Amino acid sequence: MTFDPEIWQITFLSLQVSALATVISLLIGLPFGTWLALGNFRGRSFILSIINTGMALPPVVVGLVVAITLWRSGPLGDLNLIYTPVAIIIAQTIISAPIVTGLTAAALEAIDPRLQQQLLGLGASRAQMVWLLWREARLPLLAALMAGFGSVISEVGASMMVGGNIKGQTRVLTTAIVLETGKGEFNQALALSALLLVITYLINLALTSIQQRGARR
Amino acid sequence: MSALIQIRDLVVQRNGRNVLAIAGFEIPRGERLTVIGPNGSGKSTFLLTLAHLLHPASGEILFEGRSLTQWNELKYRRRISFVFQDPLLLDMTVEQNVGLGLKFRGISKDEIQARVMKWLKQLGIESLTKRRAGQLSGGEAQRVSLARAFVLEPELILLDEPFSSLDPPARAKLLDELSVLLTEDHRTTVFVTHDLREAVQLGSRVAVFMEGTLRQVGPARQIKARPADETVAAFLKELKS
Repeated sequence: MTFDPEIWQITFLSLQVSALATVISLLIGLPFGTWLALGNFRGRSFILSIINTGMALPPVVVGLVVAITLWRSGPLGDLNLIYTPVAIIIAQTIISAPIVTGLTAAALEAIDPRLQQQLLGLGASRAQMVWLLWREARLPLLAALMAGFGSVISEVGASMMVGGNIKGQTRVLTTAIVLETGKGEFNQALALSALLLVITYLINLALTSIQQRGARR
Repeated sequence: MSALIQIRDLVVQRNGRNVLAIAGFEIPRGERLTVIGPNGSGKSTFLLTLAHLLHPASGEILFEGRSLTQWNELKYRRRISFVFQDPLLLDMTVEQNVGLGLKFRGISKDEIQARVMKWLKQLGIESLTKRRAGQLSGGEAQRVSLARAFVLEPELILLDEPFSSLDPPARAKLLDELSVLLTEDHRTTVFVTHDLREAVQLGSRVAVFMEGTLRQVGPARQIKARPADETVAAFLKELKS
């Protein structure tokens, strides 16, 4: 495998799509998971069970549902998003958001519930209290972020179904690996796999070192 | 002395069941009130309700003559402070923990530092300033927790069995120091305990709670000499044995 422009483009698109999906998942999952963890309302357990089920959503099922929705004749077909990077971001966000939400809720539920009352009793506003609870749970929250990113950078089913694996447009590392394997180009597939593993490792190494620095402080 | 807290026909419920009912009660400004009673008698519920962290099903609590329902909840909570049984410190340094409530109130960094140092000295823990909360002993952590409440210099301090998790020598030492501190400070304090000796040492007035009701209020000696009824007498006897 040579590092030709196409490989760079595929690698950059993979990172761009998965990073964006992870950030969107964080923007949804952090407040939603916090609300579930700290709230005391009817139906909370039911919503949590749905989220926990969502953590194990098969990417191909997500891909199918998003494909049907974005298909030219589908309910959102007019948006012309099928076989675009945006479609992959949508599908990956659906895969990643329940993971970030569920792990955020679990991280905050593990904190002594009296700490909320203690912070309020010291004069914290609700926002100040939530910020400090996030700070207390920063290590498991970072783990939630890593799990969310890991679930999307490595998935192939949804990206293939809603992105279409179009060269130069929606081809990402995982779909390229599937294509090369299908063509019998095992060396090329192995090289792309190694590249994917190295990238995933480097990103997780960076996040783990931030996490461990937080743990040692 | 004017009343800082007035309670009228207060009923607090949990899961639809009455857990606290007080017909009428006042806490004068500057009083040290000690609340005693067996487990489940409503002592902690009383404190949480005073802190506006639990809301009554009926009746009202007045602070400086105004019902808590008329107070902005945050403004009211910033006039008081609360110390729990466990220190519940955050994963940060002692200095940062003690300055937390001041930071919530938007006080300047310089003033926070000056007030924090003053109270760390007052509680004999200035050597721990840069230590992280996880590296403290139980007694040290509880001192930090007390400093964190006193540094706010609030109108009302609520202490919920703050020494219950300490070993007897550490407990006796901290109790002596708190007693001196409260005598000098003249701050309105409600101290919950199930230890009569602590009540005698700290409280200018003792309130006995039984089964969610306020059974007797008065000086500790008077309560010991003339319990209001048989249940109070039996509880006091149990404490002595």
